[in-house]
Amino acid sequence: MTSNLIENTLTVRDLKLWYGNFEALHGINLDIQKGKVTAFIGPSGCGKSTFLRCINRMNDRIAGCRVEGALLLNGQDIYDPSVDVVQLRSYIGMVFQKPNPFPKSIYENVAYAPRIHGMVKDGPEMDELVETALKRAGIWEEVKDKLQQPGTALSGGQQQRLCIARTIAVKPKVILMDEPCSALDPIATAKIEELMDELKEEYTIVIVTHNMQQAARVSDYTAYFYLGDLIEFSDTHTIFTAPANQKTEDYITGRFG
Amino acid sequence: MDQLDMHTNASMRKRLRADKRFKLYGLAAISFALAFLVFFFVDIIGKGAPAFQQAEIQVTVHYSEAAINNYNKAVDKEYKHLVSKAWLRLVPNQIAGKPELLGQDYEEWVLAENSVDQYLKGHEGHRLKEKNQRLVDQMKTDGKVRLVFNSGFFNSGDSKLPENAGILAAAIGSVMVLLLTMLFAVPVGVMTAIYLEEFAPDNRLTQVIEVNINNLAAIPSILYGLLGLAIFINVMGAPRSSALVGGLTLALMTLPVIIIATRAALRSVPEPIREAAYGLGASSLQVVWHHVLPLAMPGILTGSIIGLAQAMGETAPLLIVGMMAYIPDAPGSIFEATTVLPAQIYTWSSESVRAFEERTAAGIMVLLTVLLTMNAIAVKFRNRSENTW
Amino acid sequence: MTEHTFKRFEDELNTLKEKVLSMGGLVEKAVKRSMNSLIKQDAVRAHKVIERDHAINALEVEIDDMTRTLLALRQPAASDLRFIMTTIKVVTDLERMGDLAESIANHMLKTQEAPLTQVASLQTLSDLVLAQTALALDAFARSDLDAAMTCIESDNKIDELYRTMQREYLTYMMEDPRQITAGLIATNIGRNLERIGDHAVNVAKMVIYMVKGKDIRHTDPQTAAALISGTAQK
Repeated sequence: MTSNLIENTLTVRDLKLWYGNFEALHGINLDIQKGKVTAFIGPSGCGKSTFLRCINRMNDRIAGCRVEGALLLNGQDIYDPSVDVVQLRSYIGMVFQKPNPFPKSIYENVAYAPRIHGMVKDGPEMDELVETALKRAGIWEEVKDKLQQPGTALSGGQQQRLCIARTIAVKPKVILMDEPCSALDPIATAKIEELMDELKEEYTIVIVTHNMQQAARVSDYTAYFYLGDLIEFSDTHTIFTAPANQKTEDYITGRFG
Repeated sequence: MDQLDMHTNASMRKRLRADKRFKLYGLAAISFALAFLVFFFVDIIGKGAPAFQQAEIQVTVHYSEAAINNYNKAVDKEYKHLVSKAWLRLVPNQIAGKPELLGQDYEEWVLAENSVDQYLKGHEGHRLKEKNQRLVDQMKTDGKVRLVFNSGFFNSGDSKLPENAGILAAAIGSVMVLLLTMLFAVPVGVMTAIYLEEFAPDNRLTQVIEVNINNLAAIPSILYGLLGLAIFINVMGAPRSSALVGGLTLALMTLPVIIIATRAALRSVPEPIREAAYGLGASSLQVVWHHVLPLAMPGILTGSIIGLAQAMGETAPLLIVGMMAYIPDAPGSIFEATTVLPAQIYTWSSESVRAFEERTAAGIMVLLTVLLTMNAIAVKFRNRSENTW
Repeated sequence: MTEHTFKRFEDELNTLKEKVLSMGGLVEKAVKRSMNSLIKQDAVRAHKVIERDHAINALEVEIDDMTRTLLALRQPAASDLRFIMTTIKVVTDLERMGDLAESIANHMLKTQEAPLTQVASLQTLSDLVLAQTALALDAFARSDLDAAMTCIESDNKIDELYRTMQREYLTYMMEDPRQITAGLIATNIGRNLERIGDHAVNVAKMVIYMVKGKDIRHTDPQTAAALISGTAQK
């Protein structure tokens, strides 16, 4: 994934996914733009999380899960046999539904990924990287005096921002967020949303959310998934004021049939 | 507004009574179990405690030429039956080691014969002759009889003479066997569990393996003895009765326990931790080594300790591989004939002399102390793991 | 369209729609009555129109309150959002139409001192405007695009008629200077009618936005047509 390649976009072409014999995604076509927040919405079981996990190949860990079609990051197919998943995941970070900091110190949480990827040596360089990541995640002021305390002792919202700091410490191209605020209170949620707004200048963000208002607030583009199909993909403004598809319309307005 | 009935009515009372009854049943069950436990402890401690004291008598010892040829001559004839043969037979050696002793007479405190010991402790069936009883009574008034701490119990091996029998050889044997068991069972068990839990695909084969491991944990331990006999002694030619064979056999027996405990510990590590690590680009090895194992370690240690404690108390499989032997001296290597604590207890319990009964109980006390200590350590680890998550 | 999973929201939207339509009914009635009072020279009827305007105003306040509540509590999106936005706009237009009807009634009272002799063209104009208003309200009630388009197109005819009427009264006034007061009143009434028509057009355009999600206000007819047909595959 060298810099001379076209654009920092994800391009998805006719992506199908099976769990055993069950086809969970029926040919997804989608372009995710650089420096934008793209939201995936849809009812439970619609395939949005499954699709999100295709992007950093987290589905590889599930037995019997098979993917067909193309998913290009910067023009390179991430499902190519020559692609190293471990390497890929350093380009595509992920933030999970429940804040899941490692039961280690705050410092270690952030330093872990740069260390295993051999980005910098432990010492002043690492200290600087940790500080930058924590500042970027907007949590530095809250934790700078207790870097050696366990990350699990922080509040839920702080834990989630620590997880974001941990993710951006490896300077990924894309950050995937799987319902990052579903376990947080409205204030913590607002802080994460504000953070996403700041981060999108540097990173391409893809977020799965059950909260339609959140998708409306934070995203530039919205994709509506239903029963493994991408029903509609458009700019968020259009989706929320005048969606083209009746199914999207029904979902957005709360008519679930 | 509706008048709400918040008082106890007939049907409520019935439910409350059922509640109370249910609690009572539980209480009764616990009391029943506790009663047995208390009885067991009182019995064992009551029987075993005297064994930690041993009678000594003060006699004049003649380091003479006659004593070299017949060690019974080392003491005056009337005291011959009061002094332990175990002590007397060492007199010639002492003279040989220290020639200047020859021809000297010393007043010394020496180990008493077991019947004297039992008589002094007031036990029935002491087998001390009438004549000697009077002699001992006389010595008692002269202050020539005393009960001292039985250090011999801890620093000597088995003996046919009860006053001389100790648990040292068996204890060293147990330690050797346990170390070998640990050395074999823990790494193999933990690695097996990690593979099955973290890497193995979920297919028919792994399911069969899983079912078999669970079954292995439930089969009678004596079968492991037969397995050990067949494999380690007959096929591999390991020396019979040795700590090596015992350790390997017990390792076989402990493996399923360790595997099951380790898998449970690994499974209790929250999935989000693995996802977080994988999501950051950690390799499988890094995920297991950096994140899963540290969190599972207390659970693994708890399981291993419990498995090892079980192995330590095991007798049946060792019986089959010949570890129920009379071993008076501590083994020097893992290839020598060895016995272990439970086997020693079993051997003593089948002796007819009254003094051995005491030693059996004392042996049980030592074994129980070791096992309870191990369990306490396991509980401590478990509590620590609960604090982390 | 299927119903909302949350029934109360559905009920609230229906109630809102009914209120808007009953407000529309009141406005239609006010225009009709004010014109009748003029034609029949019935001052009592004119007074009634003026009195009843407060009912229209009260409905506007009530509907505004409802839309505010819906926006705050239900956070409507897509078609619901467009419906509520349309309601807010339509209510303002209807209220202005009511005011214009009241103004006609006030003008009628002035004709007591300066009687109008020629009312035929005003009557024709008011018939057209009333028909246009009815179309706009129908379009809103049934989300009827055709009615809305007809309503918008009929505006040209009304404008034309209004200009003809102005020339007509100008002629009267030049012919007979005593007719100047009455002529001015008549042209004012004509302008009020023409404005009522404009508001009806606004309503129709909002209905198109409500149905299609395309805003055709302040666009030329070709662009508007393209916008409307652009999403025709819905």
